[in-house]
Amino acid sequence: MTTTFTDETRERARDIIARYPADRSRSALLPLLHLVQAEEGYVSPAGVAFCAEVLGLNKAQVGAVATFYTMYKRKPTGDFLVSVCTNTMCNVLGGQEVYDTLAEHLGVGHDETTADGTITLEHAECLAACDYGPVMTVNYDFFDGVDASTAVGVVDELRAGGRPMPTRGARLCTLKEMAVQLAGFADERDGAVADGGPGEPTLRGLRLAQQHGVSVPGFDPNTPIRSKAEADKAAAEAKAKAEAAKPAPVEASAAPVKGSDGASAPTGAAAVAEPAKPAGATEPAKPADATGSTTRDVKAPDDKSPQVRTAETRQPDAGTAAPDASGTKVPTDATGTAPEAGDARAAEAAGVAANPPAGDGKPAGDEAGAQERNLTEAKAGTDADGAGPADANETGAQK
Amino acid sequence: MTTPRPETLAKLTPVLTKRWLSPDAWRIGTYEQLDGYAALRKALKAHPDDLIQLIKDSGLRGRGGAGFPTGLKWGFIPQGDGKPHYLVVNADEGEPGTCKDLPLMTHDPHALVEGVIIASYAIRAARAYIYIRGEAVHAARRLRNAVQEAYDKGYLGRNILRSGYDLELVVHSGAGAYICGEETALLDSLEGFRGQPRLRPPFPATHGLYASPTVVNNVGTIASVPPIVLGGADWWKSMGTEKSSGPMIYSLSGRVVNPGQYECSMGVTLRELLELAGGMQPGHNLRFWTPGGSSTPLLAAEHLDVPLDFEGVAAAGSILGTTATQIFSDQDCPVYATYRWLEFYHHESCGKCTPCREGNYWMVRVYRRILAGQGTHEDLDTLLDTCDNILGRSFCGLGDGATSSVTSSLQYFKQDYLDYIEGRTAPKLSEKTLVGAH
Repeated sequence: MTTTFTDETRERARDIIARYPADRSRSALLPLLHLVQAEEGYVSPAGVAFCAEVLGLNKAQVGAVATFYTMYKRKPTGDFLVSVCTNTMCNVLGGQEVYDTLAEHLGVGHDETTADGTITLEHAECLAACDYGPVMTVNYDFFDGVDASTAVGVVDELRAGGRPMPTRGARLCTLKEMAVQLAGFADERDGAVADGGPGEPTLRGLRLAQQHGVSVPGFDPNTPIRSKAEADKAAAEAKAKAEAAKPAPVEASAAPVKGSDGASAPTGAAAVAEPAKPAGATEPAKPADATGSTTRDVKAPDDKSPQVRTAETRQPDAGTAAPDASGTKVPTDATGTAPEAGDARAAEAAGVAANPPAGDGKPAGDEAGAQERNLTEAKAGTDADGAGPADANETGAQK
Repeated sequence: MTTPRPETLAKLTPVLTKRWLSPDAWRIGTYEQLDGYAALRKALKAHPDDLIQLIKDSGLRGRGGAGFPTGLKWGFIPQGDGKPHYLVVNADEGEPGTCKDLPLMTHDPHALVEGVIIASYAIRAARAYIYIRGEAVHAARRLRNAVQEAYDKGYLGRNILRSGYDLELVVHSGAGAYICGEETALLDSLEGFRGQPRLRPPFPATHGLYASPTVVNNVGTIASVPPIVLGGADWWKSMGTEKSSGPMIYSLSGRVVNPGQYECSMGVTLRELLELAGGMQPGHNLRFWTPGGSSTPLLAAEHLDVPLDFEGVAAAGSILGTTATQIFSDQDCPVYATYRWLEFYHHESCGKCTPCREGNYWMVRVYRRILAGQGTHEDLDTLLDTCDNILGRSFCGLGDGATSSVTSSLQYFKQDYLDYIEGRTAPKLSEKTLVGAH
């Protein structure tokens, strides 16, 4: 299918694809979707077809991605996208009132465009400028500390053909021009990069420090970077010192009691959450304040709040059993023997080989030859260790 | 405005923010005059392993919210494995309340670029990506300009500063999906898919971008690398607390006289931050606040003296997160605030897992009912029960984060809920907004 896109857009598409490794051109999809918006103002069916064509994907694959992201618009937009933050902070500071006033003034709702095609209005989630709240953006450049009347002033000026200057950021361009930048191209307007100095809230802490002559002492940019040999030597000395200072060895007990934590041996997930502390570095855990878990039917295995415990479980570190993380200790099972690390790795390697681009849940075989390669690699896996080839065949070979 | 006491002022530690007052610091010439790229020259003379050890020694922990030890993360990258390695910078700042990375990239973009080059050298990556939030257009403008300047000056590209080291750096704009701040969703998005989180393990350290070893770090983490390389691990540890070393940019927003960015030694308290920010606005009394964005459980006025480091906040039952302290007063309603956050999580849930997708959808509806004066006592049990089924059972941290404000507001401010239910507070939402909610 041929599309209407200009030669310039095609040239830019080639530039975008060239930014990514040769066999990973799909990475160019997000910038390409911005690019088609630059020509049409939204991601049209033709735009989807264009992306599919230049990346060798099918339209369903492109459409699935285009519909996932808020910034890809699915119907024609105005020249100026006015986004009002109505997330909690801006909301309570007056952002909701700004949005409601604009909606009434313009006679459009969320994600709708005025009849003259000038303005598309939307309420946005947090725009990462809470210290300037309530904020709104026009084509993503900031108007800070707005209230209903200043916001109406801005949109009226836009509709009258004016270009009000954002509080921070560069002078306004149209949404289509902005989409070119989002596709990863430099702002070509003379001096636009220099526009917009930092606002006062950004500088407040720094100004205080400057006014009162506060700086961080002891900064010497010539501090040497220690080499490994030096570090090892220092560590050995420190260890010897610690050994000498230690009264009597208390550890060496293999019992799974957690030192002074006082926590009874917890169940799997909780054990993962508590990193194993090196002996000697343990300190008496102070009983945390009772934070009163509000969930009633789950008994906390330790004093931590459920949120904290869950967060720790999601972020395993060196003490956590993660077979693929080098340097981690693999837990022993009840009989005291550690599972062969090789078993898991071989099985995993076979699985990864069968799904090269993104191991989980992604359709394999997006690229030419992938299917054949999967089969070959899965077969090689069989020869190596016999683990997992059946699985690899099932997931890797698409019927 | 009263001047803060000297001991409070001494908590200020301008390190990452120090160049922001120089209006042209985003230009490479100005940056070079302000210690710029000195750390890179120094780092390229050192062995990569020594740099990893330096970062380990510094105790630097991730600035994106989870506080994972950065040196450890770098150390997980298998060396000599014959695979390409990648560094991906998470610049998808979008956690409600958080506003520290955008100013850094706008006013001091070279600090990030220099950190990227050093970190990539340490983990032996030949390609690095900065995944910047789509809406952050001005920061991206400055960042793309900085990257181009760095290429022109030979800090990026082939044979950097004649060291024999090559690095390609691409600034990649997202397209408006909060979930892409989750590291594995970010990687999927960068690969050109819908931004949905991946099952872990395997972790990005071995199977990250393009199924290769990948380090994903926050902007603040990477921007901390050049000062550590210059000043050394001991100097870095002179700031902060034993387990939470270094400076941290605290972002104050809401009902304070001077909201803004305050870079302080980790472990500063909200009482001290409020003193720096000129106190609460006249007529407002502190009622509730988030220590690190909307995904961290709310704290109340009784937590003014909690040290804001990873351990201190956890001991108080919350999470340090991104140190985005959103400050609300007695004129703000915790029920309504929580409702608006839930609308956010409902909108941003990627839809991959049922607890988060359905749980947030229904909790929003329960909140609307409560705020319209039609709630029941059972609704509060339903909320807690729903949270119980989301926390730890959703696929990634987005679902967990959604429950934070619900459970914590019910813990501290249950009476506010009861006042809506029992008719003592006037409904905040009209019947009209309830159409289809039941």
